[in-house]
Amino acid sequence: MSDTLAPERETRPAPPPQEPRRRRINLGNVLVEGRALVALAIIVVIFASLSPNYLQPDNLILMTRHVAMNAILAIGMLMVILNGGIDLSVGSTVGLSGVIAGYLLQGWDMPITQLVAYPPVWVVIIGAVALGALVGYVNGLLVSKLNVAPFIATLGMLYVARGIALLITNGETFTALQGEEGLGNTGFVTFLASAPLGIPMPVWFMVVFAVGFSLLLNRTAFGRWLYATGGNERAAELSGVPVKKVQTLVYVMSGFCAATVGLLLTADLPAATPRAGEFYELNAIAAVVIGGAALSGGRGTIRGTLIGAFVIGFLVDGLVLVGVSVFWQQVIKGAVIILAVAVDQLQQSFQKRRALRKVAASTNRPGSPSPA
Amino acid sequence: MTAVTETPTEAAAHEGDVVLRAVDITKTYGVTRALKGVNFDVRRGKVTVLFGENGAGKSTLMKILSGVEQPTGGVLELDGEPVTLASTTDAVDRGIAIIHQELNLCPNLNVRDNIFIGRELRTARGIDYGREAEITRGLMARLEEEISPDTLVADLRLGQQQIVEIARALAADARILIMDEPTSALSSAEVEVLFKVIDDLTASGVAIVYISHHLEEAIEVADHAVVFRDGDLVADRDAEGLTLPWVVSAMVGREADYDFRDASRDYGDVALRIEDVRVVDQEGGGRLAVDGVSLDVREGEIVALYGLMGAGRTELMEALSGREPFATGRALLGDTDLAPYSIQQRIELGIGLVPEDRQRDGLVQLMTVGQNLSLASLLGSVRRGLVSRKHERGGIEDQIRDVRVKTAGPEALITSLSGGNQQKVVIGKMLLTDPRVLLLDEPTRGIDVGAKGEIFSLLFREAARGLAVLYVTSEIGEALSAAHRVVVMSKGRVVREFDPRTCTREEVMAAAGETGADVHHTKEQHRE
Repeated sequence: MSDTLAPERETRPAPPPQEPRRRRINLGNVLVEGRALVALAIIVVIFASLSPNYLQPDNLILMTRHVAMNAILAIGMLMVILNGGIDLSVGSTVGLSGVIAGYLLQGWDMPITQLVAYPPVWVVIIGAVALGALVGYVNGLLVSKLNVAPFIATLGMLYVARGIALLITNGETFTALQGEEGLGNTGFVTFLASAPLGIPMPVWFMVVFAVGFSLLLNRTAFGRWLYATGGNERAAELSGVPVKKVQTLVYVMSGFCAATVGLLLTADLPAATPRAGEFYELNAIAAVVIGGAALSGGRGTIRGTLIGAFVIGFLVDGLVLVGVSVFWQQVIKGAVIILAVAVDQLQQSFQKRRALRKVAASTNRPGSPSPA
Repeated sequence: MTAVTETPTEAAAHEGDVVLRAVDITKTYGVTRALKGVNFDVRRGKVTVLFGENGAGKSTLMKILSGVEQPTGGVLELDGEPVTLASTTDAVDRGIAIIHQELNLCPNLNVRDNIFIGRELRTARGIDYGREAEITRGLMARLEEEISPDTLVADLRLGQQQIVEIARALAADARILIMDEPTSALSSAEVEVLFKVIDDLTASGVAIVYISHHLEEAIEVADHAVVFRDGDLVADRDAEGLTLPWVVSAMVGREADYDFRDASRDYGDVALRIEDVRVVDQEGGGRLAVDGVSLDVREGEIVALYGLMGAGRTELMEALSGREPFATGRALLGDTDLAPYSIQQRIELGIGLVPEDRQRDGLVQLMTVGQNLSLASLLGSVRRGLVSRKHERGGIEDQIRDVRVKTAGPEALITSLSGGNQQKVVIGKMLLTDPRVLLLDEPTRGIDVGAKGEIFSLLFREAARGLAVLYVTSEIGEALSAAHRVVVMSKGRVVREFDPRTCTREEVMAAAGETGADVHHTKEQHRE
């Protein structure tokens, strides 16, 4: 066989050592994420100089607790955005899961039997989280099987889930969440609103979710498939990636994250109100995009998303602390989100142009990908 | 060059006079010199063909001539006057149009709107759609295509989209028309029409600059040929005496081609058996794109599926890969009927497709070379739920070596590779799944001669290890020099099979229906 091989290129030397290239790419990543970090540092410096309380441990813990709720939502949102979708229903899912938990803790009027059931706390938690995952599953089926655009499917779910939460409570708020010793359903609030080692439970959850989902993204086949489907669904499909399954699962994960936040928020208040979590989806999306993810899919990291959540949380709480008016808070927050993404886009096009030039120079191929 | 001795006035009247001249053009990117002082003339009413492998500098020159890029040094002269082409619009305003290899169409708009995009015929009461449609119909008649101006570009086949791209350049009434791989998705019949159009254009004084990887085609159309190598213009000559061996030797510096006709024919069992398969045309009408195809491919055998665009070859490949269902018939991989299995399961069973459109279906552009290579075989690297980096990396590095991808390493972005190397990655990705049958749809589309030879030597090496290969090609030379058996499809059917050692080009092309309108209707003979 070998004598029939095209001879002219066979003897090329092995590819050059890869270390320099690798380091450069990592440096690029560091810069992308570094920018959000720089923004965070600037925010901290400004507010610390405006208010001596800003850097007090109590305030830092308080702010981090707020960050944690958004960060958990944003991690779920990142899964969906990596796939090239969007999940507008997470805020409503927060409300719905909290209401379900409150409803079960207050006593479940079982139909027909006239009995009232008081499920134990672990059943309540699993039930509420499963419900969130189910909401996500419905989103996922709508998107992957019925080909409903993610924006529309989850926009519809935003209303449906919120409506169900209002129906369950008839618009009221459940406040009796402590449970009764005799009924064996105590511990919901004391557990989820506790602070082991002085760190609030939501922060612990944030850490666990961040580590877990990082592992999922970076070390499992699912993670790679998710990046691939977000990057080029057709190529992924022809490579044997179960693209529909991946697409469905990301919404399940997002619903799961939202339900977890619903429980944490309910225990934190402590009250289950059907209006909980309104507009949370917007903060979550903002955190993801500030963290450098592409809304078109395929690009984004957990690290970046966490930093994005910190930027938003520390900014908003800082504005409150120094007494900026609520109206100005909105303007500033919006401006920061736009600025972050605009700078990101600028850098992307700069990098692309540089890469293009390099490709053009090294290969001179006709029709090398032009910036669309 | 023949006009040199004439007086200026005579030269101006001469149909071969220079309309665009590149004087000592250099272009550097960082430290890389893409063009090293090129002198190059474009002559009125003549077709100037640029030959050269990828990286030789011809596309850089085209970008400069069409205003996409500015030269680092040197001068462009239009009608003897120095000009600066600051942008593509600038170039179009001066009568220079370009047909890009990669299509620049809006799939969501119809043919008429695509042709007039940015140049709409405006009247006081808005766009004159009626006249636009009329002109479009005229262009389509000229290109001998039955495409209605109202058809969405998304509904057109790739070849038809290319026709639209060509029509758009014609609509611009350019004096200088640059064609970068205009025929890569066209059938031979469509190429013939294009050549007729080129003849018309040159007769009316338009200067054409033509680039193609189809060397014979380019030779056929050339009035004047220039050859680029490593950023230099190394040779040029008029059509007289322009032969394939001359072009090839000037391009690579020595004679080079591939010929695998004498490769081992040590076949094993039937690896893929296709029985009376029919596939419905996805573009509607209930038409059958594949109409009763039966075909066996044995282990160790390489079968070329030759035919025109629209012969049903791509549809057959996509159905075999699992993307589209069979309407009737079945395909057996060994003894396994493939019908119930998904794409993913078929890859696991040992049959995978290297798709026609590399950018759209083959690569994840955001990912690295390594991640693209391992994408289809990732599950094989999973240990206790996590991807074993060591195992994955091992497979990737073996494959980079095996298929000879020229890359800075597995961490390099896939978009940093040349087309030929990207294609090797797509093939390597499927080879990593350890297939029994490899399907390839136009595996050498848009890549240079050297890389083509490498890809086929790779396929023949794998075939020697027992792989069965079925690939689609529209290049007759490729079908005849790089396959054990050539199967010709036309209008959804297998019309004939050939042994490339004994058949002639003319026979095969006739069977495909390229010469004579209905040749295959009278040719009912089947296997030899």
